[in-house]
Amino acid sequence: MNVMTEKSLETAVGAGISQAGGAIKMRADKVTVFYGEKQALFGIDLLVRKNQVTALIGPSGCGKSTFLRCLNRMNDTIEGARVGGTITLDGEDIHDRAIDVVELRARVGMVFQKPNPFPKSIYENVAYGPRIHGLARHKSDIDAIVESSLKRAGLFNEVRDRLHEPGTGLSGGQQQRLCIARAIAVSPEVILMDEPCSALDPIATARIEELIDELRQNYTIVIVTHSMQQAARVSSRTAMFHLGYLVEEGATEKMFTNPDDKRTQDYITGRFG
Amino acid sequence: MSEVSFDALPVPAAPARRDIGLKARYRAERRFRLYGLLAVSVGLAFLAVMLVSVVGKGYTAFRQTAVTLPIAFDESVIDPRGRRATDPGVLVRADYPKLAQNALIEKLGIDPGDKAMVRKLKGFLSDGARVQLRDIVMADPSVIGTTRSVEILASANLDSAFKGQIDLAVDEARRKVSDQQVAWMNRLKAEGVMAGRFNIGLFTFGASSRPETSGMGVAIIGSFYMMAIVLLLALPIGVAASIYLEEFARKNRFTDLIEVNINNLAAVPSIVFGLLGLAVFINFMGLPRSASIVGGLVLTLMTLPTIIIATRAALAAVPPSIRSAALGLGASKMQTVFHHVLPLAAPGILTGTIIGLARALGETAPLLLIGMVAFVADRPSTPFDPATALPVQIYMWASEAERAFVERMSGAIIILLIFLMAMNITAIVLRRRFERRW
Repeated sequence: MNVMTEKSLETAVGAGISQAGGAIKMRADKVTVFYGEKQALFGIDLLVRKNQVTALIGPSGCGKSTFLRCLNRMNDTIEGARVGGTITLDGEDIHDRAIDVVELRARVGMVFQKPNPFPKSIYENVAYGPRIHGLARHKSDIDAIVESSLKRAGLFNEVRDRLHEPGTGLSGGQQQRLCIARAIAVSPEVILMDEPCSALDPIATARIEELIDELRQNYTIVIVTHSMQQAARVSSRTAMFHLGYLVEEGATEKMFTNPDDKRTQDYITGRFG
Repeated sequence: MSEVSFDALPVPAAPARRDIGLKARYRAERRFRLYGLLAVSVGLAFLAVMLVSVVGKGYTAFRQTAVTLPIAFDESVIDPRGRRATDPGVLVRADYPKLAQNALIEKLGIDPGDKAMVRKLKGFLSDGARVQLRDIVMADPSVIGTTRSVEILASANLDSAFKGQIDLAVDEARRKVSDQQVAWMNRLKAEGVMAGRFNIGLFTFGASSRPETSGMGVAIIGSFYMMAIVLLLALPIGVAASIYLEEFARKNRFTDLIEVNINNLAAVPSIVFGLLGLAVFINFMGLPRSASIVGGLVLTLMTLPTIIIATRAALAAVPPSIRSAALGLGASKMQTVFHHVLPLAAPGILTGTIIGLARALGETAPLLLIGMVAFVADRPSTPFDPATALPVQIYMWASEAERAFVERMSGAIIILLIFLMAMNITAIVLRRRFERRW
């Protein structure tokens, strides 16, 4: 799996698609979401570009987390949630019967707002995903995946001596990096991050932001954030949500300096939200 | 930077103190604490009264008086006509109590011809000697003609007298042991032949009309079978039902209805379950009456709602973030439940199950209806054999008049309480050990 991702990455770079717009990894078309009677999203059209960080911003309750959860069908687990419109991953409809939801989530990983390691050892946390997906047969293979995932998440040096201690004993920032390591251990193509730093202090936040910057080389990342600075620092594209509508989407630089929509301007400058 | 003196800074004058009712609030708090303390004390006092009364009456049940006698297995008593080679029934029907009586006569140095004295010996030794000596001879007929030292139980009345429970100041005609018997007892005691020992029979004997040979053996085995059946049936069924209802079933009218009914079932009086068991398991399915299999099934029905409610609560207490984490990694619903949710809920499930089992162990009413209140002398070898249960045994002994039965009843209560306490402590220890933080 690892090898394959690296190969496809090489072809992508070789074809020279990584600049400007970039190749389209995921595409949302007129996505609507209802929670029971209440409509949470109104016809969202959005492109997620390969190997770029797309930030979703907007005031609380604007639907950005809801949209994020559509991308790996986590909304399916909420009773009474209905998703309309189409979302494609590499051109395939993720709601298509040909794509199983379990397989989709192995390709589109997720990191949650509050660090949620399993109450197991650090090693077991990372090894769980590869194990259930049968990515490694032998213990040595799993060891290798665990080590490389923890290294990529920038956690290995801190935990190398206590891999078999509970993951819940780590600090908040370390726990969140453990969750990132756990997500990348199954070699996803896209990583969804739902306010990954909201429960962390500024130093841990900086550490995660650096990590996002490194991960961008190999993964496509969609991140929901409440921090304008964070969106400006880590993302190359930004989408602004408001009251369930997509207000505008564009290159981060442009969004933060010269937005087209007045609401974006007001939100970024702190006039509401 | 130069040093700053805080003393030089101006301090504003404190505003006038407002009365915000602090005194009344603290008074109310103290009052409430007192009420709580009172409530706890009342509860503890009742518990203490119960324990003191039960233990005070029952601790003597664990000791039993026995007389060690050199029994001469006299052929002229066992098989006077020498026919045991052709008729094996001879050994079964032989007059074994006479062997014990002869040994006692010799020990006490009574003239065998003195009929009046010999008559006074009646009721000194337990009639259980018949079975005891018969078993020795049946196991090894070559013992006939030899002498062997055997420990024979004293009768219940002598046992009580030996333990000092009979008031000897009462007129001889109005008590159950004669002065002569007391004199013999004291003599045997001084010789060290008659002594108290641990009452193993209390744990091994079945039902008997004589207190000294009755025990809880049948009840313990019956209760054990029933607990095993309840555990084997109620735990998997209850956990499977809870997992389905909590994790898989859609929340709609129908599941709401099921939930309400489960909660109602938990409150149904147990005697109703007994009637149900009588109608379904015995009358309809034709299972044997008085058998622990039926008791186990009835108690399973009774325990199921408790286990389901406890399991659902334990599952619901697992934080949703764990489910999201597993699902987000691509674990299927079932993997999520079995790899993550269930292990985290296990302590709660175990606690609920053990408490449910403890309740079932102490349940009497439904067992009366399915005939487990029978007089069962032989230990059941399978759950399909007639048996009784611990609380039922207590109930049966409670309705006997003799003093020795009251003592045994209290002893049985002590044993039941020890079982229940052991189960509850296990539940607490398991919960402590497996409790995890997240």
